[in-house]
Amino acid sequence: MKKIKVIVAKPGLDGHDRGAKVIARALRDAGFEVIYTGIRQTPEDIAIIAQEEDADVIAMSLLSGAHNTLFPKVVELLKEKGLGDRLVVGGGVIPESDIPFLKEKGVKAIFTPGSKTEELINFIKENVKCDEE
Amino acid sequence: MKNNPEFIINGILSGDRAVLARGITIVENSLYGAEEIISKIEEKTGHAFILGITGPPGAGKSTFTSSFVTELRKQNLKIGIIAVDPSSPFTGGAVLGDRIRMRVHTKDENVFMRSLGSRGALGGLSLKTSRIVSLMDAFGMDVIIVETVGVGQSETEISKTADMTAVILAPGFGDDIQALKAGILEIADIFIVNKSDLAGADKLELELKQTLKLNYTDTSIPVIKCCSTRDDDFANIYSEIKKRVDYFKQEKILDERRLNRKRRDIYDLIKSEIERITEEKITKLGGIDSILNMTDGKVYLTEELKNLIKM
Repeated sequence: MKKIKVIVAKPGLDGHDRGAKVIARALRDAGFEVIYTGIRQTPEDIAIIAQEEDADVIAMSLLSGAHNTLFPKVVELLKEKGLGDRLVVGGGVIPESDIPFLKEKGVKAIFTPGSKTEELINFIKENVKCDEE
Repeated sequence: MKNNPEFIINGILSGDRAVLARGITIVENSLYGAEEIISKIEEKTGHAFILGITGPPGAGKSTFTSSFVTELRKQNLKIGIIAVDPSSPFTGGAVLGDRIRMRVHTKDENVFMRSLGSRGALGGLSLKTSRIVSLMDAFGMDVIIVETVGVGQSETEISKTADMTAVILAPGFGDDIQALKAGILEIADIFIVNKSDLAGADKLELELKQTLKLNYTDTSIPVIKCCSTRDDDFANIYSEIKKRVDYFKQEKILDERRLNRKRRDIYDLIKSEIERITEEKITKLGGIDSILNMTDGKVYLTEELKNLIKM
């Protein structure tokens, strides 16, 4: 069976990566292959990395407040690269009121502070369309 | 994206990055079409030079690779990077972090990087690494850099996959070079003493040179000192490695290694075909439990069982 491959990325000017690292570790322990990109990535970088790695999931963490700009931009670039079928999720300090907008733009789920890592893991397991043999 | 082998093969040969990425996934996971893709692409390989980078964890393999790629790009070469990181033996999961050091190349269309989990292989690479090298070769890469997991002393698989292997060391890993003699130190075609700004680098360089003089038949193995975060060091590194490559070509070492690689690859193919036949046979005999019944629970190839296997 194909292993689930997840990109954990931090878009934009935000160096707070503790959350992203906790997520990367939790996903590893769930048996996924996690590519951690490091901080301060542009949406273009994230889309290119997702393409080269042929990732199933693009998980972004953002605490700077720029989520309404950067998350949809990544979704758009993924579509341009023919990766519109990939699961995009986000997390960080994101107000409840922004979530409907982000979902409308193609971010499939948002995990705010206090979310359990199991929620994300289960969400990925349920929603990744893995093209198996 | 379409997954049929023909589409993937054509895409790779025509230089489509997205298709290369998908092809690697298919081969890495042995998905439908993997064997066909590999067999059809085989004849298009042989152009790329394959450089292995290995060394202990934290020696600076990824940082070195990144700076070296910057230098190679000045020569306008197309570069493939395969970076292997360890998979957990408990969950199978992995954190692949080599991209963090190589981000300057992300947007460069002439650099393609792929991260791989080692997936239980113990030689410093993953089982499918050499197949993925072939895909990148057929794609048209001039140089393919294969970075192993951080290794100890005995992970020498890279020397069978690469045309040339650079072993990267750094000061502070213990000065007892003697203890490192067997294993990875034996597979080095080039030694890189990284982190030359740290105390102990000169000593490490000296010890390596002395060890080489005493122990090896090939006394031409260079020891190059550098600081991977200093781009200026890499013009020298490029010319040293180039010299070494020319030497390999001139002395037919390269040809010999490639022939050895073919030998090993065909051996592996035969082995996996025999494994497949084994599985098939066991199923035909009614599964492993009914075979155990046949032998009255003994772990022993009875004459009856031997005859059944031959049938």
